[in-house]
Amino acid sequence: MRACRRVAVVGLLAVLSSATPLFADARSDAKELVSFGIEVANRGLWREAIYRWQRATEVDPTYAAAFNNLAVGYEQEGELLKARDAYEKALMLAPNDQSIRQNYELFKEINERASAPPKEQP
Amino acid sequence: MSGPVRHRKSSLSFAALASACAAATLACGGVSSYEIPIETPLRPKLEVSSFQRVLIAGFVAGGNEDVDGNQETVRLLRSQLRSKSSLRVIDADPLPLVEIAKNQSRGPIEAEQRRSGDAGPGSASGNPDRGEGGQSLPSPIKSEKDIEQYERLFANTAYWKQLGEEYQNPLIVTGSVLFMERTSSTMVSRQTERLDAFGRRQVDSQRGLMERRGYVLRPKFVFIDGRTGATIHTEMHREEILYSNDQNMPPLSSYFELMDRLVPTFLNALSSQRVRGLRVLLK
Repeated sequence: MRACRRVAVVGLLAVLSSATPLFADARSDAKELVSFGIEVANRGLWREAIYRWQRATEVDPTYAAAFNNLAVGYEQEGELLKARDAYEKALMLAPNDQSIRQNYELFKEINERASAPPKEQP
Repeated sequence: MSGPVRHRKSSLSFAALASACAAATLACGGVSSYEIPIETPLRPKLEVSSFQRVLIAGFVAGGNEDVDGNQETVRLLRSQLRSKSSLRVIDADPLPLVEIAKNQSRGPIEAEQRRSGDAGPGSASGNPDRGEGGQSLPSPIKSEKDIEQYERLFANTAYWKQLGEEYQNPLIVTGSVLFMERTSSTMVSRQTERLDAFGRRQVDSQRGLMERRGYVLRPKFVFIDGRTGATIHTEMHREEILYSNDQNMPPLSSYFELMDRLVPTFLNALSSQRVRGLRVLLK
């Protein structure tokens, strides 16, 4: 019984010790992609930036900043449905982030303007 | 004795942990944000590729005698479309739609008589009825209720089709513009200073009603297919602005200030727009 518990504890420690660097690696890889995306977005290369931020969200699906940036990229490209999805994901991951919330509020204004349904005359 | 010591120890360890976290955050570069300008392209709400030309025909306007809502709206929308749309803007005198609607509501005999005197398309009546309620149309237009009685004019497909034929089947933009004065009372708090019996300064807060005056603009844009005379799209807006009593704003300035808010939305019905903004990128 004691031996079993020891094995379980050792196993758990092994899993934890291997998982933590994995998560850390995923985040640091995603951060690199996000940083590069910001760099190219600043130079106006939005398609490339979107690609990098998309990769970042795949590498680390819990990284709110990557989703936020991806949403901004989609806004710039006029892909408003995708932008909304990305903002919503970012806010789900970081509900208290004021920058993401502010971006989302500004986006909603534009989105409402774009999607106002035409009022047909009866 | 041990309680406070333990508490102090835990406070110290919390402070140490917080400093360590802060140091780690700084070492990692922390959370960074970058403001970046963006330009969002918006697709036009209407498919207008089958039209080469647009006629801003005129507007049923009222509410304020100092602003000619028909002339000013026609002039403003034409100048905006010239610079921000691929459609060719037709130059023509704005139609006196209030008079035309009245003619149309007077019945066929009288309309026929008028047609013989005035050959313009304004007198080509396809509708012998009176206003919405079967009564004569109100003039001058002073309220939303008044302007609503002119609605029938926009549904007169025969009239708009004839106008379309006259200008080689353009997209026709018409509608109504109501620009009215508005007053509103809002509760405000004022602070007054006084010296008390000992010469000390005291601040009293008093709440009271403050009257503000301004304007409300309620335009309705009607987009008509000049080939068929049928309405293809309508848009209604409402904007208002209020000023404090010490601001004496000329009505025409207020009209343009309010129209300035609506013009991008109007343009977005016909042409693609790019909306500029700032967003925050995060690391």
